[in-house]
Amino acid sequence: MSEIPGTTSAGDASVDRGSRTKLRLNASMIIGAILILLIVALALVSFVWTPYGPSAVDPAARLQPSSPEHPFGTDKFGRDTLTWIMYGARITLMVGIVAVGIAVLIGTPIGIIAAVFAQYPWGVWLSAVIMRANDILLAFPALLLAIVFAAVYQPGTGPAMVAVGIAAIPGFARVARSGTMQVLGSEYVRAAKASNRTAPAIAIVHVLPNIAGMVIVQASVAFAISVLAEAGLSFLGLGTQAPVPSWGRMLQESQQFLSTQPLLALWPGLFIALAVLGFNLLGDGLRDRFDPKMEARGNG
Amino acid sequence: MITYVASRAIQFVLALIVASVVVFALMSILPGNAAQVALGTNATPDAVAALEAQYGLDQPPIIRYVNWVVGMLGGDFGTSYVTGAAITPVIVGSVQVTAILVIAAIVLAIVIAVPLGTFAALEQRNWIGVTISALSQIGIAVPNFLAAIILVIIFSLTLGWFPSQGWMAPVEGFGGFLLRLVLPVVSLALVQAAILTRYVRSAVLDVMREDYIRTARAKGLTRTKALFVHGLRNAAIPVITVAGVQLATLLVGAVIIEQIFVIPGIGSELVRAVANRDLVTVQGIVMVLVLLVLIINLIVDVLYPIVDPRIRNAS
Repeated sequence: MSEIPGTTSAGDASVDRGSRTKLRLNASMIIGAILILLIVALALVSFVWTPYGPSAVDPAARLQPSSPEHPFGTDKFGRDTLTWIMYGARITLMVGIVAVGIAVLIGTPIGIIAAVFAQYPWGVWLSAVIMRANDILLAFPALLLAIVFAAVYQPGTGPAMVAVGIAAIPGFARVARSGTMQVLGSEYVRAAKASNRTAPAIAIVHVLPNIAGMVIVQASVAFAISVLAEAGLSFLGLGTQAPVPSWGRMLQESQQFLSTQPLLALWPGLFIALAVLGFNLLGDGLRDRFDPKMEARGNG
Repeated sequence: MITYVASRAIQFVLALIVASVVVFALMSILPGNAAQVALGTNATPDAVAALEAQYGLDQPPIIRYVNWVVGMLGGDFGTSYVTGAAITPVIVGSVQVTAILVIAAIVLAIVIAVPLGTFAALEQRNWIGVTISALSQIGIAVPNFLAAIILVIIFSLTLGWFPSQGWMAPVEGFGGFLLRLVLPVVSLALVQAAILTRYVRSAVLDVMREDYIRTARAKGLTRTKALFVHGLRNAAIPVITVAGVQLATLLVGAVIIEQIFVIPGIGSELVRAVANRDLVTVQGIVMVLVLLVLIINLIVDVLYPIVDPRIRNAS
C-alpha cells in the first residue's frame, strides 16, 4: 500500500528548500481555492442568513422545481433545498476540519518521530514497528472504520469525524516521515547536529518548516477524502443524523423521488462533487508548487 | 525473492493478528456489552445475563477472543445474538455477490483507463490530452453513489434500458444477471477509471522520458511503437499498485452501491448488522473485509518484483 486512491500522496515529494518563498499560483490552485471559498461562504452565510428556516415546512410547495422563491426547489416536506445546502456546508466543513485536524496532529509527529528514531542504532527497530503499525492502519479504509465506529457507538457526526480522522493518520505519518528523512540527511541539519542542537530543537527549527508544504498538500487531499466519507456515511444513515442537514443524507432521501423530482438529488450531489473537486484541485496545485519534480511534468 | 515473499507473508499474518485484536477490542470494550447492545437499553439485567451465559459472554475477554479466532480459522464466524442464525453462510453467500461486482468493476476501470491514460500522455500537449485530464479530474470528484443516482435517472428512469435495482444470481438467468449488473458496475468503475487514468497518464509520461525510449526512438521506432514495445511493461508497475489499492477501495465502496441497487452483497449485510446492533456479525464481516484488503495488498506486493526486475534483484 503506498498511496490512497483518488489522490496522489505527497509522500515521495522531495523537500523544497524554497517553500517559504513567494507562493506562485497556478490554475488548479485558483479553481480549487474558488470552489472551497464558495463552500466556506455558504457555510458562513448560513449562520446569519438563509432564505428560509431549516425546518420551515410548506406542505403546499412540496417537491417544487427551481423557482424565484426556491432557487434550488423544495423537498418532500416543502423545505427549501438552498437553505439545506447552506446548512449542509457547515457539516461538510466541520467534519473535514476535525478529521484532518486529528490526522495532522497525530500523524505528523508520528512520522517525524519515526524518522528521528531511525537515525539512532537503538531506534531503528522502533521506527520500523511504528511504520508497520501505520501500514496496518492503512488497511482500514476510512468508510469501513467509520462504519465500525457507528456500530460500536451510536451513529452520528462525532464518531464519523473521529473515525475518518484516525483512518487519515497513516497518510500524514508517511508524508512526515519521508520528508523528515530527507531533511535529516541534508547539510544544514548535519551542521546543526555538529553545533550540538538537540533532536527536538532540530525537529522544530529545521524539519517542521521544511515538511509543512507536503503536510498541507496531504491535508487538502485528506479533506477531499473526508468529505466523501462523511457523505457516504450519511448516505448510509450512519453519519449525520436527522434533523441536522447533511448533503449525504439529502442525497439518500432524494432517492425515492428520482422519477418525480431528480433536482433533489442533483443539488446535494453537485455540491459534494464541487467540494471534493475543490480540495483535490487545491492539493494538486499546491503539490505542483511544493514538489519541483512535478513542475517539469506540467500539471501532471 | 523467496526472502522477500516470506517477509511479506509474515507481515501479512502480523497485520491480520493486530487487526483481529483491534476489531475484537473495539467491539468488546463497549459501554455495556454485545448482549446489552443486542437486547437494547430497556432489557432487564436478568435477560442480559441469560443471553451472556448462552453465548459465553460471561467468560473473560481473552478466552472469548481465542474462541472467536479459532472459530474463524475453522470457517465458523459464530452465531448472531440478534437473529440466532449462524453467520458464516451469510458471509459466504454475500461475499460472492460483492466479489462479482468488484472484479467486474476493476476490470472495466482498467479497460477504460489504460487506453485513455496512454492516449492522454501521448497527446499531452493536445486538446484531447487536456480534455481527458480535465474529465478524469472531474470524475474523481464524483462519488460512486452520485454516479449511481445519475445513471439510474438516465438509463433506468428515462431510457428504461436497465432495472433501477435488484439482483439475480447468474444461475437464475444469465441475461437478467447481466442486465442488473450493468448500472452498479459502471457506477463503481467510473470513479476508479478516472483515478486510474491519471496514474496511467503520469506513468506513461515518466516512461517516455526514459533513456531506453530515446534509444528505441533513435533506432527508428515511432513514439507509439517505442512505448508499446519497451515502455508499457514499465508503466505497468505503478499502475498495478494503484489498481490493487483500488480493488480494496471498491470492496468498501460497494457497501454504498449495494444499498442503492438493493444488492444482497456483504456491504448490505454489514449495514443491516450495524442497524440491528448485531455486533458479532459486524465483527465477522469487518474481519472478512480486512482479510480481503490484506490479501489484495499481499498479492500486489508479490506481483511487484515479478513485474519489476529491479526490485527482484535488489531483494
